[in-house]
Amino acid sequence: MLDISTLHYLVLGAALFLLGVIGVLTRRNVVIVLMSIELILNAVNLNLVAFSRYWQGIHGASALHGQVFAIFVITDAAAEAAVGLGILIAFFRNKETVNVDEVNLLKW
Amino acid sequence: MLFLDHIYLIPLLPAFGAAIMFFFGRRLQKSTVSAICVGAVVLAFIMACGCVLQYNVWADANNHQPYQKILYTWLGSDTGHLNYLAKGGTQASFQADAGFLLDPLSSIWLLFVTGVGMLIHIYSTGYMAHEGGYYRFFGYLNLFMFSMLTLILANNYVLMFVGWEGVGLCSYLLIGFYFHRKSASDAANKAFIVNRIGDAGFLLGMFFIAWYLGSLRYVDVNHLARSGQFQIGDPIITAATLLLFVGACGKSAQLPLYVWLPDAMEGPTPVSALIHAATMVTAGVYMVARSNALFVLAPTSMKVVAVVGALTAIFAASIGLVQNDIKRVLAYSTVSQLGYMFLALGVGAFAAGVFHVFTHAFFKALLFLGAGSVIHAMSGEQDMRNMGGLARKIPVTYRTMLIATLAIAGIPPFAGFFSKDEILWQAWTSEGVAYHLLWIIGYATALMTAFYMFRLIYLTFWSPSRVTSHEVEHHIHESPASMTMPLVVLAVMSLFAGFLGFPQSLARLVGSHAETNRFEAYLAPVFAKEAPVFAKEEPGQLAAGTKEEEKTSPTEYLLMILSVGAAALGWYMAGRSYRNVGRGYIEPIEAISPPVYATLLNKYYVDEGYDYVFTGRKKLGDVRLGAMGLGEASSWFDANVIDGAVNAAGWMTRVAARISAWWDKWIIDGIGVNGPAIIARMLSYPTRLLEWGLVQWYALVMTAGLVGFVFYYVYR
Repeated sequence: MLDISTLHYLVLGAALFLLGVIGVLTRRNVVIVLMSIELILNAVNLNLVAFSRYWQGIHGASALHGQVFAIFVITDAAAEAAVGLGILIAFFRNKETVNVDEVNLLKW
Repeated sequence: MLFLDHIYLIPLLPAFGAAIMFFFGRRLQKSTVSAICVGAVVLAFIMACGCVLQYNVWADANNHQPYQKILYTWLGSDTGHLNYLAKGGTQASFQADAGFLLDPLSSIWLLFVTGVGMLIHIYSTGYMAHEGGYYRFFGYLNLFMFSMLTLILANNYVLMFVGWEGVGLCSYLLIGFYFHRKSASDAANKAFIVNRIGDAGFLLGMFFIAWYLGSLRYVDVNHLARSGQFQIGDPIITAATLLLFVGACGKSAQLPLYVWLPDAMEGPTPVSALIHAATMVTAGVYMVARSNALFVLAPTSMKVVAVVGALTAIFAASIGLVQNDIKRVLAYSTVSQLGYMFLALGVGAFAAGVFHVFTHAFFKALLFLGAGSVIHAMSGEQDMRNMGGLARKIPVTYRTMLIATLAIAGIPPFAGFFSKDEILWQAWTSEGVAYHLLWIIGYATALMTAFYMFRLIYLTFWSPSRVTSHEVEHHIHESPASMTMPLVVLAVMSLFAGFLGFPQSLARLVGSHAETNRFEAYLAPVFAKEAPVFAKEEPGQLAAGTKEEEKTSPTEYLLMILSVGAAALGWYMAGRSYRNVGRGYIEPIEAISPPVYATLLNKYYVDEGYDYVFTGRKKLGDVRLGAMGLGEASSWFDANVIDGAVNAAGWMTRVAARISAWWDKWIIDGIGVNGPAIIARMLSYPTRLLEWGLVQWYALVMTAGLVGFVFYYVYR
């Protein structure tokens, strides 16, 4: 069995991040865009937790900064999802669509 | 001193009656109203008699001083405020008491005002029995009695002025008693307004006295005026007395302010009798007599008084010759007789003037009440052309009115003979040809008086009946006892009152050795040591006694016979003209000279003249003068000048607003507010190009940037 090292986590994180970015850039449905943003955030979380684990190996069990930060990010993600969905519903009521390419009011 | 100590009750009793009428009158029965109001005046009369009797006793023991009862200081105080510098440089304190003064002069007025007032109150219970506003009428009458008695009994000019204004008010209220009739309310207004002119003069005269003499109490004024410190003909005293006389002219209906009195006949007849014949209109005479100490210091004023009086006498008498309204004849007669009184005052014969007031009060009140009784019998008819033959139908009225007519015409031994003859005699004996002229005017007036009074008697009682309607003819009846009783009492007084002033020239024939007649002697303390100074203007002559001629001259007997002759001649002429007049008769004066007749009938067009000059009701050409002219002028001034200024101010505000609005719109809003906005917009054009509005493009740019950074940091 191959040992799972920090590197593995980082590769998984990078893959998730890439998936997320592609989703954000390519999908027109706002719901999926938001889900992709969650993917990006969770990719970051994965990195944080992985690095936290790595630091514990060096400084002992008390090195929990990364994990704590991850919890903050999860909280933030939840809040962001609530706000984002709120905007989405308001937007849908006005435009009867959830496609981002139809949201183009902020142009000259 | 039971009565004298409570002299203030004399005016207060009628005031009490008036107050009850004011507050509760509407709810009271007519009989209760009569009981209260007549009762108040009867009590006042009893009080007055008591006071005068007690005063006469008291005066004998007190050097014939006036009796004063000062209740309290009404205006001003001893503590110093209202102090001012009087003309002589002395420090004076303005003070007026709620104080009453009784002396022979006010005694006489007091007696006849309460006496005649009482009789007229009794008469009114009959005359007004069927009229509405019974309590209102009696309330006003009582208020009048209060004011008149205050006027008489005041111990200073200020309180007198209160009564003076009070009687003016009551006169107004009672002339306008039938206020639903336009002519009555117009007449009331006229009386009030014309009286105001006189009152202004009275007030100014009062100010002069207060300023010059430093007091308005009669005792102080008389004391100072008689102290010898003022020159005869002192210009300020002359001015003050002339102004006082203006007031007297208004109240006592002298030229040129007499115009209100004939119109005042719009009021109920008892009012004409009480206020506009017997009492109120003599207030001017009272005031001048009261100020005699000042008037004798101002010979010019005396001359003015005499001349105005004489002119008024003949002027009004001549109008009276042709009037057809029974009350108007009497009204002009009143004006004329008041002229006589002022003639007497003006020649310095104060006692004679007062004596004429006294006798006149009885016979003129009687004439008016008789006229009221006639009108009552004629169902409201006042035009003598529609009367005639009433002598047998209303005998009591007829007989009493005949007595009054004999009295006013000056036929002995009726009251008017003595008083009028005294005045004519005093006018004649004043030194100077001018006074003989005044005598001639007075004598002509006496002739006219006899004529118009007997004209009235002939037209009303003696000539054949000219009553137009059978209904009225049938309804003619003698008035009730409440009305005839006062007539009889007044007739008795008209018959005998003259003997109080039985002339000394006649008394000497039967062996009297007194210096003056009884009436004059009684008044002597009031007019102390003022002989008719009039023509003798040197200061030292003030203390002169009776005139020399009075004792010796046979002229007096001649003049007496002459004036009786005038009365008889007037009677004879009236009889020749009116004895047998039927319907549509022609006035003898009209037959002789129509223009003269028209002038007299239209009262010399004085009212019309006043309309042109003073009221401005009529236009003089295109110009309107007088009050309404002033009104029009000020209306024009208001519309053109004041409103023009207002409009100009408005126009300027509008222009300023336009400028301000332009400034706001173009400078403030344009440069200040919109300017930055325009600049911001200009700057926005290039930046706006960067925005194309697709969220994912922004995300792509961000990602590209991120990748760019990564490459930069990894591969540099």
